[in-house]
Amino acid sequence: MEAQTPTARRHWLVEFYGSTVGKKWVMAITGVILMGFVVFHMIGNLKVFVPPVDGELEINLYGEWLRSVLFPALPHYVFLWILRLGLIVATVLHVEAMISLTRRNAAAKPQGYTKQEFQAASYASRTMRLTGPLVLAFVIFHLADLTWGIAPFNPDFIHGDVANNLTASLTRAGWVFFYAVANIALGYHLWHGLWSMFQSLGLNNPRYNAARRLFAQAVTVIVVGGNLLILAGVFFGFAPGI
Amino acid sequence: MKVTLRIWRQPGPEADGGFEEHDVDGINEEMSFLEMMDILNDRLVEGGGEPIEFESDCREGICGTCNLVIDGVPHGPQLGTATCQLHMRKFSDGARITVEPWRAAGFPMIKDLIVDRTHLDDIVAAGGYISVNTGSAPDANLMPVAKSVADTAFDAAACIGCGACVAACPNGAAHLFTAAKVAHLNLLPQGQPERYRRVEAMVEEMDQWFGSCTNHGECETACPQSISIDFIAMMNRDYVKSKFKNRRLLSQTN
Repeated sequence: MEAQTPTARRHWLVEFYGSTVGKKWVMAITGVILMGFVVFHMIGNLKVFVPPVDGELEINLYGEWLRSVLFPALPHYVFLWILRLGLIVATVLHVEAMISLTRRNAAAKPQGYTKQEFQAASYASRTMRLTGPLVLAFVIFHLADLTWGIAPFNPDFIHGDVANNLTASLTRAGWVFFYAVANIALGYHLWHGLWSMFQSLGLNNPRYNAARRLFAQAVTVIVVGGNLLILAGVFFGFAPGI
Repeated sequence: MKVTLRIWRQPGPEADGGFEEHDVDGINEEMSFLEMMDILNDRLVEGGGEPIEFESDCREGICGTCNLVIDGVPHGPQLGTATCQLHMRKFSDGARITVEPWRAAGFPMIKDLIVDRTHLDDIVAAGGYISVNTGSAPDANLMPVAKSVADTAFDAAACIGCGACVAACPNGAAHLFTAAKVAHLNLLPQGQPERYRRVEAMVEEMDQWFGSCTNHGECETACPQSISIDFIAMMNRDYVKSKFKNRRLLSQTN
């Protein structure tokens, strides 16, 4: 039998997160959480296409509902902030894992080939470290524009009037172009990430392996397609719900 | 036929390296790539020069010694084979071929096209074995193994340890090698008693020297045995489980 070496081991969670496999597992779990967010964010915003009933805009009602989920069991905003904190923690861990793994990988491959012919790596997989930061930068910009309503980003912002804020922001061509570019970057990130997470989590079974790629591509097309449709609906004015 | 080789020369681990060009003519297209290299070396020696150092042994694709990155692809443009199984008929007459060594921090340079692959052995030494009492060999079929399991374990065991997966990986990661070595034991009944301790030890040894997996899939394509990255997923799952299953064992060494 193998001799038990009496080396002092660190806490098992520290060892787990210290390993490349553990970090990728954390990246995948936080990726699933962030994917869940982008899916529901897209579905929620499709309300711009619901025609108003009795003059009430559904997108504004939806915004009110988000602020009052589980009210009166919980005060206003509490549940929303629980979700927000979850997303903030997921983002921080996702980025931390990315930074430490990127550092390790750069150290593990100090010199590349003068000519490397990629055989399998897709454009999406090779640009993850570009599309990720781009999406993060966009999210901060997007929050300043449509959540915080900071003046230089969105001077006509009215707190709580989602329909007004959307129209104020997304009828500016430059803004819409940037939103579209960011969504395409998100699409590349999801295209690889949503397949990659199955590998990182070890979800591998001949029964559903073929469906993993399909899942990633379908979710990507639905999320990016839906978001672009919302952008177009607001910009070209064919969304009846705002 | 005639080819022009653009080949990496480096006198030693710390020395500066660079590319050197050699025209090799009078090549038979039925020669293997390594035989062409032998001819080049013969000519270099006859001309009073120093031969190009490269590794090879069995020259039939089973030992995993040969390791050249040819035109940016480990083991060259023919997929699913080692360098020694690549023939000159795969190249056109007059081709200009770039030859480089395996590049990864886990494979320190020795000379020219030879790198030190000892860290792959370190990973195996960390847990790539089963502990059994020695004695007479057990009877055949004493321990039933399902055919599909035996086949999958054998697919993993086909790894010849050449390191093409590490060479192909843009992150210099050894996940495919480690996963194959973990899986061929972890799938079989003989490997079960040490299953989780094995994966834990091998992954943590691997992390000492190599990078992390970003699921590009380059390793699977470069592998002369075409070992599937499905094994990486299996290793990842077993590693995560090991952190929970081994807690009682971990407490003994705390």
